[in-house]
Amino acid sequence: MSADQNLNTPLHKTPLHALHLELGAKMVPFAGYDMPVQYPAGVMAEHKHTRAQAGLFDVSHMGQVLLVGDDAAAALETLVPVDIVDLGMFKQRYALFTADDGGILDDLMVARRTDGLFVVVNAGCRDQDIAHMQKHLSGRCEVRPLPDQALLALQGPQAVTALSRLNPGVAQLVFMTGGFFDLDGIPTFVTRSGYTGEDGYEISVAADRSVELARKLLAQPEVMPIGLGARDSLRLEAGLCLYGHDIDTTTTPVEASLTWAIQKVRRAGGARAGGYPGAAVIDRQFAEGAARKRVGLVSSERMPVREGAKLVNADGQEIGVVTSGTLGPTVGKPVALAYVQTPYAALGTELFAEVRGKRTPMTVSSTPFTPNGYFRG
Amino acid sequence: MSIKYTPDHEWVDTTDGIATVGITVHAQDALGDVVFVDLPDVGKSFAAKEVAGVVESVKAAADVYAPISGEIVEVNEALRADPSLANTDPLKSGWFFKVKLSNPAELDGLMDTTAYDELVKNS
Repeated sequence: MSADQNLNTPLHKTPLHALHLELGAKMVPFAGYDMPVQYPAGVMAEHKHTRAQAGLFDVSHMGQVLLVGDDAAAALETLVPVDIVDLGMFKQRYALFTADDGGILDDLMVARRTDGLFVVVNAGCRDQDIAHMQKHLSGRCEVRPLPDQALLALQGPQAVTALSRLNPGVAQLVFMTGGFFDLDGIPTFVTRSGYTGEDGYEISVAADRSVELARKLLAQPEVMPIGLGARDSLRLEAGLCLYGHDIDTTTTPVEASLTWAIQKVRRAGGARAGGYPGAAVIDRQFAEGAARKRVGLVSSERMPVREGAKLVNADGQEIGVVTSGTLGPTVGKPVALAYVQTPYAALGTELFAEVRGKRTPMTVSSTPFTPNGYFRG
Repeated sequence: MSIKYTPDHEWVDTTDGIATVGITVHAQDALGDVVFVDLPDVGKSFAAKEVAGVVESVKAAADVYAPISGEIVEVNEALRADPSLANTDPLKSGWFFKVKLSNPAELDGLMDTTAYDELVKNS
């Protein structure tokens, strides 16, 4: 159960809540919402189905916001170390809200649309992120939350086959691009992106059409409903960070191995260097390195190593901690994301995780742990 | 000897002073897909209600308790090799370990089938 769940506050429901119950979902609280953790198929089957065919996820608990106005991109650049100004029309990018000490406030997706910048933030940070944007951007652009939009994700190698039946045009999108598409007559904004490492789409749809759209997608032979349990094992096998676990206010983008998200133009010496919270700290870490790094770990034994497990070297000295871990259903081995002292971050480094008083060997490994399936055209 | 149950959703099947222990259908359903089991060492002794092992799903790990006191005389290697047996056949081939009872009277403190079914119905 979520530790910060006020037992007197009823859980929020997404527009698809009744559908989840109808489909036999096991529901759990997540970020203040009553969400499906799994359906009768179970986490393993849902995970494997997504990598083999197509899985449909309800991610309507996440926050969707539109930033409107000619100055919106330049304004957003004051909050993220990312190139937004030169983000092309209908292109999407991964971004980070940073704090003055270089820590990460949230990770998010930003897409440029004809009507503004379309921002998707984590459910657990949604209210803070909206307040953050309103506080710092309201003078320069309109910050318009979209509470009447639902968000569905259709992920997997057959997602394009299934979604194309509702509009063949979606097949033309490449990874990290989007567009406005009517899906069998239902207006949506679609991006070809997601959180599983597979090819797939995220679909923003009006709440009052979302169940109708979900049913049309579930009617496709390739599509099964997928819960948050499999969503977590899928993203972990893909090496993707989960905010609040692998990244948080105590981790900088350099420590988190997310420097690929910081385009050169925003780094020291770039045309639009700095100008976002924590730039001095982050630029210094670019120049001098960071004391710890986020890495991927794989085990050749069978025992899963989970969040909080201590990592030690061959001499038993503590050198890091696991921030996410599971037995990867596709990989078939325990995999984890962890922070280690930088000298231990090289690929192939062998170290040990402590689990219930026993030490199990793990090896620093590149991510994703299973190949990505992104469609690049 | 009839099968007994614990409030932690384990079953205990005793013959000639040796109790075979496993998790119930309700337990495996609540856990979800089992991906790993940590079984106790043969020869190790446990007091009733001590943690003897761990059963893990994709999402989380859960303790497995010794329902009664005694020495572990056998563990299910087939389960160690294929943890999914705990889901597909929890009451038979998915057994976890066998205990030589040091205090058979402890069995009287466990639930019979009727009491356990009531527990599950009300949970």
